[in-house]
Amino acid sequence: MSALSIREVRKAHQGTPILKGINLEIEDGEFLCLVGPSGCGKSTLLSMIAGLDTIDSGEVSIGGRVVNHLSPKDRDIAMVFQSYALYPNMSVRENVSFGLEIRKVPQAERQAIVQRVAQTLQMEHLLDRKPSQLSGGQRQRVAMGRAIARDPALFLFDEPLSNLDAKLRVEMRTEIKLLHKRMGTTIVYVTHDQIEAMTLSDRIAVMRAGEVQQFASPQEIYDNPVNLFVAGFMGSPSMNFIRAKVETQGAGFGLRLDTHGASHLMPAQGIDAALRSRVGQEVIFGVRPEQITHRPDGAGADQLHTLRLPVELVEPTGPDTLLLVPINGQEVTCRVHPTHACAAGEHLDLTFDLSKAVYFDAKTEQRLL
Amino acid sequence: MADASNPATGTNLGRVLIYAALALTCLYYLLPLYVMVVTSLKSLDEIRTGNLVAPPQNLTFDPWIKAWSSACTGVNCGGMRGYFMNSVMFTIPAVMLSTLIGAANGYVMTMWRSRFSDILFAALMMGCFIPFQVVLLPMARTLGVLGIANSVLGLVFVHTVYGLAFTTLFFRNYYITIPDELVKAAKIDGAGFFLIFRRIILPLSIPIIVVSVIWQFTQVWNDFLFGVVFSSGESQPITVALNNLVNTSTGVKEYNVNMAAAIIAALPTLFVYVVAGKHFVRGLTAGAVKG
Ligand SMILES: Nc1ncnc2c1ncn2[C@@H]1O[C@H](COP(=O)(O)OP(=O)(O)OP(=O)(O)O)[C@@H](O)[C@H]1O
Ligand SMILES: [Mg+2]
Repeated sequence: MSALSIREVRKAHQGTPILKGINLEIEDGEFLCLVGPSGCGKSTLLSMIAGLDTIDSGEVSIGGRVVNHLSPKDRDIAMVFQSYALYPNMSVRENVSFGLEIRKVPQAERQAIVQRVAQTLQMEHLLDRKPSQLSGGQRQRVAMGRAIARDPALFLFDEPLSNLDAKLRVEMRTEIKLLHKRMGTTIVYVTHDQIEAMTLSDRIAVMRAGEVQQFASPQEIYDNPVNLFVAGFMGSPSMNFIRAKVETQGAGFGLRLDTHGASHLMPAQGIDAALRSRVGQEVIFGVRPEQITHRPDGAGADQLHTLRLPVELVEPTGPDTLLLVPINGQEVTCRVHPTHACAAGEHLDLTFDLSKAVYFDAKTEQRLL
Repeated sequence: MADASNPATGTNLGRVLIYAALALTCLYYLLPLYVMVVTSLKSLDEIRTGNLVAPPQNLTFDPWIKAWSSACTGVNCGGMRGYFMNSVMFTIPAVMLSTLIGAANGYVMTMWRSRFSDILFAALMMGCFIPFQVVLLPMARTLGVLGIANSVLGLVFVHTVYGLAFTTLFFRNYYITIPDELVKAAKIDGAGFFLIFRRIILPLSIPIIVVSVIWQFTQVWNDFLFGVVFSSGESQPITVALNNLVNTSTGVKEYNVNMAAAIIAALPTLFVYVVAGKHFVRGLTAGAVKG
């Protein structure tokens, strides 16, 4: 029995399709992240799961029960909002116990639950304050407490951390992950921060314009993006996309890479079938910055390919240094250990690890396999 | 040093000018009230012989007593007392009802929006611009059909209906600043329509309730036209009675009694302003409720 299953869910607003047939299914205890650029329909999908908005067609089931026609209160869910949506006129204690009170939980039990939740989230000292007397992080905590108190089958989070400053965001991220580990509840978490998605989730659904582009584990999405959009969305700094012409190279194929004055043929392996019909045409060669680096010692040789490239710009980030090199008239980002970095204007031997390189059709932007 | 002191003198001079202007304005508005008060405390002889703005030589409260309990309005010589009570009797229910219904309207129009919300709101806004005179005949007919013509109940009805456009506008514009995530959260917590209104929305509405109450109280209490048209004889409001008192043509004009009666008629609105005026300004400028 899956904890949440979404089948062919569609939604339109005034004739404009917002969700165009969403299919997702997660198991009990899984952490699902919905990511995608602003306006792609993440919040809309979450509202449909919560029952705050009706779906045009399709089916949503929670814990094996179709909930299409159930109101939010009957869906056994709790939700944490971006603005926290704490009741301003109630104290923290009342905020947390409001839902319990409405569900006619006896007073004594209510108090016990509030106490337990406050302990879990280390906010016992805040219980008698009003939301206006709390900091952003504390409000966030209370909003989570309100959700936890009800002990629902499914948690929904809509960008819960986006109003916090960078440092607090990282702290709360860790806290949410620990909380999930401890309680083992199923979570659907909306974010447009791909790092949040990578670090928190068991599975990620990358959305664009009302469609799920890819639904897989974080590593799978990172290593094997199905198209250019997913490849570009996940990862920071973003994957390099180099437009290059396909040429034959012995029995196989290669991609023509030009830098100032020098021309190289980069072997492209494992996708012969796709390249055969594209000889003489351009494809997009996708390679992540960390896959272009200084020559590692004694690594397997046949997947590595070294080019001597002119470095145009050097950006130290601390643990790594990013180098910008021009290839086919584009800036390509490489990530090297600071000790191997050189000054701008110099040439450097850079090794391409092609085992994780991906290739896309130049027109459809779909992955070539 | 000279540089530092110049801006300071500039501010001081500006301040003096501002306060002078404020004082003048105050004087301009308070002078009539002052004249009313002193006149109401003088005997008729003193009014005839003395200066308009001079304080009373022989302080007398007789005009007030007469205005309250024995002045003649037309043929009736029971003073303002009965009419004052009439006004109280329809003003308080009308203010409460129109405020409550306005709050409910605003709540529905912002938090439970439907396709018709905006059309309905536009229609209600028209209500703010309809002059009193336009509604007189249809209203008279409606009151007749309902069987509450010429009664205090009828006035309650008229003022509630007429005030709804304004109170709805107040509450709607206030509620639009409340994030709808608040209502969503309450829905997920399991609260229904009325519970959300009572437990979440109304407690946030104090500033705008004050605005609505002051506005409606002033409108309803000071209304003359509806009062003169939709009531008669014993059920007339104080504004109409005051007019009758002043226009009663028998005998000499008792300016002191008239002034006392006018102050009595104005006292409740003054009282409301003094008590709640601070909140009025605050409510008018109140913005979003941050959670
Ligand atoms: N009530 C509505 N009427 C019309 N269009 C709407 C309505 N609500 C949302 N939309 C549209 O639906 C699309 C998806 O909105 P949604 O809020 O789900 O985006 P999102 O992915 O959550 O974006 P963000 O990351 O900015 O929160 C947007 O293009 C938005 O303009
Ligand atoms: Mg959103």
